[in-house]
Amino acid sequence: MSTATVSTLKGARLPKWSPYAIAGGSVGLAIAIGLAAGLDSRVQWGLIAAILFIVGTYGIAARVEGKRQAKDRIATSLVWVAFLLAVIPLVSLVWVTVVRGIKVLDLYFLTHSMGVVADTEPGGGIYHAIIGSLEQVGLATLIAAPVGVLTAIYLVEYGRGKLSKAITFFVDVMTGIPSIVAGLFILSLMLQFEMQPFGFAGSLALAILMMPVVVRSTEEMLKLVPNELREASLALGVPKWRTILKVVLPTSIGGITTGIMLAVARIAGETAPVLLLVFGNPFINTNPFEGAQSSLPLYIYQQYANSAGSGAAYDRAWAASLTLIAFVMILNLVARGIARWKAPKTGR
Amino acid sequence: MDTTQITDTPPPAAQPTATEQKRAARGATRPGDRIFLGLSRGSGIFLLVIMAAIAVFLTYRASLAISKDHGNFLTTFEWNTGLQEPVFGIAVLAFGTIVSSIVAMAIAVPVAVAIALFLTHYAPRKLSGPIAYVIDLLAAVPSIVYGLWGALILVPHMNGLFGWLDDYLGWTGIFSWQGGAPRSMLTVGILLAIMILPIITNVSREVFRQTPRMNEEAALALGATRWEVIRMAVIPFGRSGVISASMLGLGRALGETMAVATVLSPTFDIQASLLDPGGGTFAQNIASKFGEATEFGRDALIASGLVLFVITLLVNGAARAIIARRAEYSGANA
Amino acid sequence: MAKRIDVSGLTAYYGSHKAIEDISMTVEPRSVTAFIGPSGCGKSTFLRTLNRMHEVTPGGRVEGKVMLDDEDLYGTGIDPVSVRREVGMVFQRPNPFPTMSIFDNVAAGLRLNGSYKKSELAEVVEKSLKGANLWNEVKDRLNKPGSGLSGGQQQRLCIARAIAVEPKVLLMDEPCSALDPISTLAIEDLIGELKERFTIVIVTHNMQQAARVSDRTAFFNLAAVGQPGKLIEIDETERIFSNPSVQATEDYISGRFG
Repeated sequence: MSTATVSTLKGARLPKWSPYAIAGGSVGLAIAIGLAAGLDSRVQWGLIAAILFIVGTYGIAARVEGKRQAKDRIATSLVWVAFLLAVIPLVSLVWVTVVRGIKVLDLYFLTHSMGVVADTEPGGGIYHAIIGSLEQVGLATLIAAPVGVLTAIYLVEYGRGKLSKAITFFVDVMTGIPSIVAGLFILSLMLQFEMQPFGFAGSLALAILMMPVVVRSTEEMLKLVPNELREASLALGVPKWRTILKVVLPTSIGGITTGIMLAVARIAGETAPVLLLVFGNPFINTNPFEGAQSSLPLYIYQQYANSAGSGAAYDRAWAASLTLIAFVMILNLVARGIARWKAPKTGR
Repeated sequence: MDTTQITDTPPPAAQPTATEQKRAARGATRPGDRIFLGLSRGSGIFLLVIMAAIAVFLTYRASLAISKDHGNFLTTFEWNTGLQEPVFGIAVLAFGTIVSSIVAMAIAVPVAVAIALFLTHYAPRKLSGPIAYVIDLLAAVPSIVYGLWGALILVPHMNGLFGWLDDYLGWTGIFSWQGGAPRSMLTVGILLAIMILPIITNVSREVFRQTPRMNEEAALALGATRWEVIRMAVIPFGRSGVISASMLGLGRALGETMAVATVLSPTFDIQASLLDPGGGTFAQNIASKFGEATEFGRDALIASGLVLFVITLLVNGAARAIIARRAEYSGANA
Repeated sequence: MAKRIDVSGLTAYYGSHKAIEDISMTVEPRSVTAFIGPSGCGKSTFLRTLNRMHEVTPGGRVEGKVMLDDEDLYGTGIDPVSVRREVGMVFQRPNPFPTMSIFDNVAAGLRLNGSYKKSELAEVVEKSLKGANLWNEVKDRLNKPGSGLSGGQQQRLCIARAIAVEPKVLLMDEPCSALDPISTLAIEDLIGELKERFTIVIVTHNMQQAARVSDRTAFFNLAAVGQPGKLIEIDETERIFSNPSVQATEDYISGRFG
């Protein structure tokens, strides 16, 4: 069969620069339409340009290259558009927080409370909130980390049968508890026993949120420890509990630490339970077991909510946000660093 | 025969060998083993006790409030707990919670899936690693920061979009706008979408990355374009993973408190328009009303929290059921 | 329908690593050509350059010419997607789409081009499954997932899927290496039948298999690990196995390979 006349392999292709040309054309056209119709929002211009680009790409590509190629091009543009679209708010969030946060963030801000400063006035700081956050999160970790790790050890090393199935199931359920519900639970206890807000109540709610996360991540890590290691140790006559303590845990300690740190980072940003249970307090209260405290996320919310549009309060809210994000990010980065550094030892 | 066959070594699951079990049984008589087993089993039981306590106390406090409710707890469009004869119901909250979550999912899921595909199949390799890492970090940004950003930055930027939607889609009723501050369900939905985007993207990306290379090559060898490869091999493989990721996101959107409380200007009614301010969600209502609530009012809020808890449980349960069912069909791949 | 492949001066890279160097050969239409050689000699890589699958691997690129009848697969304006439609491929491990039924697996390639009527589709699926000697075994469960079949059946399903789009050339990359002897025999019989309609190129590690199924055999080798693979010789299978012209070929075939 002679195929010299019609090639079956040569699809007509648009030149490489065509997407840029179509993009340029649609932006130009969109601006023209925007000006002509007197549309003043640039969001609208952008949307018109995006629609023109997609319709244009499909039309031109379908004509020249065929429907399948046109669909492929549409998919490619949509995927790119989705990515760029999502980048805008996320970049804006980080950018705005840094730019506005840096304004009042200084040593004074970090070392003073709001004790004698009205919410609408400039001045003051987040010292009391940092103290509150550290104490509440620290106490929550002291409760949740051992319970979570031990539970995971039970599930992986001992648990078979109904009890472990029930625990696995309810850990799953617990993972899905909204933070405000955890807060309400402790609140119901406080109502029951007629207690006033205090820092440790917040810790308890945070611990409830943290436990399932720790159990899950620790479980994953323990499962990565090869069975041969356990058997080798047991075969030497080492009791099981010493095998777990001396062989299993040291092998997976990096991953477990990472999991705990990520869980800490997560609860450090929780606001809702703290709002219900710790209440907020402009003064420095170093005792988490008595009296209302503040915390960083709660401070941000109250600066925003209680100050009726005062610029000074917003500045403080941004600065506190920056502090909180920095804290959470550093925890995340260090945790991932540990995970990477310890990874080879888990045999992966 | 040659032996280039690839054998996947299964991950070292913690299945006990016979000897290990025997040893464990014998070992349990040592004091050290008994203490350690007791501690770890005790922790597990402690978790169960907490769950039981949550259920019991929430239900008890909720029943205190509901028994004195002079309205219908499920259908009343009011939240007046301070009255002599208190009247409150969750209809508005349930509606608002579901609407805002639907809006969030409708925006976030397609975009997140697209970004996940972008990272696994479109982006230059040098770019996709760092981007994925950054998105991972963004998932850790506290919700209150999203709330602050939403209230101070996003809300002012919504005016143009709202006007436009009202002009062209106002006739639907859903997108009509009377010109109030754009602190409405749509804004809330968009903010929630932005918040759950990183988590859905991350999980989906992980799933797409695990698409067996050989399935993608099979599609390519049939003469599929990149998009057709994705439709034939990548998406069917990743569907259950994307569903579970979405449910994870949905769970967050349903229970999100601070971002909604900062952005929404709540009213206690149901309206068709997504653009006019008003409505409320369970979590937002609790946070907003808590401050001035009496003890009885707090019990009523606990009752609404219990409903939220049940809804999130159902969503998570549904997600797990879907995944289990899909796994039977697509699992035989090894 | 089958087409001739004419390769000249082909070199393929993975990033900066040269995998195969300066290969030239002709593959006759309606015949089976086998590629043999030690592991790492680039025979699979070479196979993948014949339908432009090599460039799918990150860093993969190719220099040289591959003429399919009178068109260069690497010429300007050639669409790799159309190339792969003309040059089908069967892989080392059976890879049916796990979420698709047997029917949908075979129809997958056809559906890409859209406009098929249901009856037409069913006809092509039946013809392809018959062509792959699988029809009798699966005709009652066309709607069951393809992953439920045995390994050998899965591989024949993949062959049915590949021939459903009526390619000109069929490339097979060690199609039997993951199968048991009986399934292997079934596939080898099938190859004998398929060569009536297609140009077939098969990579195999198994010299008996090459001797059994192929008309011509090409021997690839590499000077040392890390060196690019090269074509040592290509000839009638009978000659390669009885009286090869290069000493290295004889060493390899008789098992005296270092």
